[in-house]
Amino acid sequence: MSAVEEVVTEAPAVEAVPKRAMTLGTGTSLLVLAALIIMPIFVKNFIIFQMTMLLIYGLAVLALNILTGGSGQFSLGQSAFYAVGAYTTAVLMEHFEVNYALTLPIAGIVCFGFGFLFGQPALRLSGVYLALATFALATAMPQLLKLNFLEHWTGGVQGLVVTKPDAPFGLKMSQDMWLYYFSLVVVIGIYLLAVNLLRSRSGRAFMAIRDNEIAASAMGVDVALYKTLAFGVSAAITGIAGSLGAIAVQFVAPDSYTITLAVSLFLGMVVGGVGWLPGSIVGAAFIIFVPNIAEGISKGLSGAVFGVLLFLVIYLVPHGARQVAILGQQLAGKLRKN
Amino acid sequence: MIAVRFQVVAFSAAFALCIAVAGPALAQKKYDSGASDTEVRIGNIMPYSGPASAYAVIGKTEEAYFNKVNAEGGINGRKVNFISYDDGYSPPKTVEQARKLVESDNVLLIFGSLGTSTNGAIRKYMNEKKVPQLFVASGASKWNDPKQYPWTMGWQPSYASEARIYAKYLMKEKPDGKIGVLYQNDDFGKDYLKGLKDGLGAKASMIVMEDGYDTWEPAIDEHVVKLKASGADIFISITTPKFAAQAIKKAAEINWHPVHIISNVSASVGGVLEPAGLEISQGILSASYTKDGSDPQWNADDGMKKFYNFLAQYAPKANKLDAGVVFGYAAAQTMVKVLQMCGDDLTRDNVMKQAASLKDFEPDTLLPGIKINTAADNFAPIEQLQMMRFKGKKWELFGDIISSDLGH
Repeated sequence: MSAVEEVVTEAPAVEAVPKRAMTLGTGTSLLVLAALIIMPIFVKNFIIFQMTMLLIYGLAVLALNILTGGSGQFSLGQSAFYAVGAYTTAVLMEHFEVNYALTLPIAGIVCFGFGFLFGQPALRLSGVYLALATFALATAMPQLLKLNFLEHWTGGVQGLVVTKPDAPFGLKMSQDMWLYYFSLVVVIGIYLLAVNLLRSRSGRAFMAIRDNEIAASAMGVDVALYKTLAFGVSAAITGIAGSLGAIAVQFVAPDSYTITLAVSLFLGMVVGGVGWLPGSIVGAAFIIFVPNIAEGISKGLSGAVFGVLLFLVIYLVPHGARQVAILGQQLAGKLRKN
Repeated sequence: MIAVRFQVVAFSAAFALCIAVAGPALAQKKYDSGASDTEVRIGNIMPYSGPASAYAVIGKTEEAYFNKVNAEGGINGRKVNFISYDDGYSPPKTVEQARKLVESDNVLLIFGSLGTSTNGAIRKYMNEKKVPQLFVASGASKWNDPKQYPWTMGWQPSYASEARIYAKYLMKEKPDGKIGVLYQNDDFGKDYLKGLKDGLGAKASMIVMEDGYDTWEPAIDEHVVKLKASGADIFISITTPKFAAQAIKKAAEINWHPVHIISNVSASVGGVLEPAGLEISQGILSASYTKDGSDPQWNADDGMKKFYNFLAQYAPKANKLDAGVVFGYAAAQTMVKVLQMCGDDLTRDNVMKQAASLKDFEPDTLLPGIKINTAADNFAPIEQLQMMRFKGKKWELFGDIISSDLGH
C-alpha cells in the first residue's frame, strides 16, 4: 500500500501540458517555415551549415520532448541513440555504398528497435532512476564504439569519414545548401508526424501516463506498451537526427557522442520548454549558439559564462521559450483589444 | 568620332596605368584571403573547455608568443592576428569552428589544432578547401600523408617515431633481449606498437609477448604478472599516465626488474613517477625532444633564457613546469619561421611549400641537436629524440640524438 501511496502523492515530475498548447498556430508555423526556406539564399555556406546543425539538434531535442514532455519519462541517454543512428549511416554509406537518403529510414528502424529493447527493462524504473539508467547507456556508448571486434566497421577511435552528397538532378546548389533543404524536408516531415502522433490515440495515452500512471492504467491504457513505444519512437527520431548529423559533419568518432551531447540535448529541451514541440528549435539554438557567445565573452571562463547565462534563463523564464511565446501572445492579444 | 577616339585613348591610358601600378605589386606581393600588407590571420582550435582542457595551455602560450612577435614588429611588417576557438574536444564542434575560421573569419591557415579525432574530423574539409592545416598537435602518424592529404602536416614526433627510437636503442644495447609489451588498446597504443615492430624489422621476434589493456580496466596488475611470466627482460610500457604508474608499482611488487621503458606521454615526474614511488622508478628509460622547463641544467642555455624572458614578459601566469608551455612556444616559433620564409608571397600554396622546406630549424625549447626538417614527401617535422634515464629525482639525458629514420 505504501508504495502506491507514494506514487499517488508524488508531485508530477513533468508539468501537464495540454495538447493544444504543444504546437504553434497555423499562421505562425507558416511564417517560420517561410523564413527557414528563404534564409539560406542570403547567407554564407558556413551559416547554412550552422542552420543545418540547428535543424538536426532541433530534431534530436524534439525526440526527447516527445519522450519527456509527451510520456513523462526522463532520458540522459539520447546521445547513445544519436550515435547509433550516426554510425548506421556512416557504415552503410562508407562500407556498403548505400545512398545517404536510404540510410535515414534504416537508422530510424535500427534505433527504434534499440530504444524499444532498452525501454523494456527501463519500464521498471521511473523518474531519476530511469534518468540514471539511461545515463549509464550514454557513458557506455563511446567505449562500445571502440570495441575491437567492431573496429573493422567503426574505424575505432579514428572514426569514419563520410562523403558529403552533391545536389541531385544537376541542381546548381552548394552541397551545404542541398543538405540544408534535405534536412529541412526531413525535419518538417517528422515534426508533422510528431504533432499528429501526440494528437492521436497513442499520444493521449502517452499524456495520460505522464499525468498519472495509475489513473491511465485504470482507464485501460497498456502502460508498459506505451512507455516502451515512447522510448522506441524517441530513439528512432534521435537516430535519424544522428544520421543527418553524420552526413552534415562528414565524420563520426566515439568522441563525438559523449555524455556531454546527451546533457546538451536535455538542456535544449528545458530551455525550449518541456512539452512544447516548437521550442525544440529554440533549445537547439541555445545549445549551438550560446557556447559561442560565452566564448566570445571570456575564453578561459567560457564554461562559467555559459553557466551564468543558463542560470539566468532558468531563473527568469523557468518554462523556457514556451513562456516567452505565451507572454508574446498575451501581449499581442492586448494590443489587438486596444 | 572624336569622342569615341578620345574614349579609346582614355581607356588604354587607364589600362596602361593599371598595369604600371599593379605590375610590380603582382610580381612581389601575392595574397590569399587572410593575408594583407598589414596582417596575417591564423586560425586555431583548442579544447578550452571539456575533458582535454588541460592542453589549452598550449593555445594560450601560442597566443602569447604571437603577441611577442607583434610587439617586436610582426612578421615582415605584418601583424599576426591569432584567432583561437574552443571546440571542447568534440569533433562536430571542431568542424563548426574550422568552417567558421575558414569561411567567416577568412583565415590564411589553421595552425596547431589539438587532438587526433578532432583534427581527423576536419582533415577532409581542409584538403577539399585547400587551406593549410599546419602543425597538428597530435602524435598520430597519420598526419604525415602528403600524397593523400597535401594540406595537412603534423609537428611533434609521432608515437611511431618514438617507438622506433626505442627499437634502435634496444637492438644496439640489448640485442639478445626478450621484449614484453604492454599497450593501451586504442589509436595511441596501436600506432606505437606498429612503430616498434617496424623499428625492430627483422628482429621483431625479440617481442615475446604483447598484451593490450583497455582504458576502462580499473587496474592492469594481471597484465604485468603475465608479462613477467613470459620471461621478458625488457618491459615496454605503452601506457597513459595512470596505467604507467600502476605498472611501475606492480613490477616492483612482484620483484620483476626488467629494462623498463615508458612512453614520453607518461614521462612526467610529478604525474607518474612520484605517485608510483621515486625509489622504484630509478633506472626507468624514456625519450624526449623538448627541454624540461624545471630542469636547472638549462638555466644557462641561450634558448631557454629566451624562453624564460618570454614567460616573464608575455605570459607571467604560465607554469614553466607544464610541458604544454614548452610545446606551445616551440610550435608557435615554427609557425613564425614558416611565415618568415614565405616573404611577400602569402598564398596558401606557398605556405605549404615553405612548411615543406624547413631545413635544420631549431626552436629554442627543443633539445640541442634536434632539428626540424621537412620535404615535399616528408610531412613529419620532428623525427628525432634523445634517450633519458630516471636518476634521483629527475631525468638524465644520455647518448646521442637518435633519428627515427628506418635507414640508419
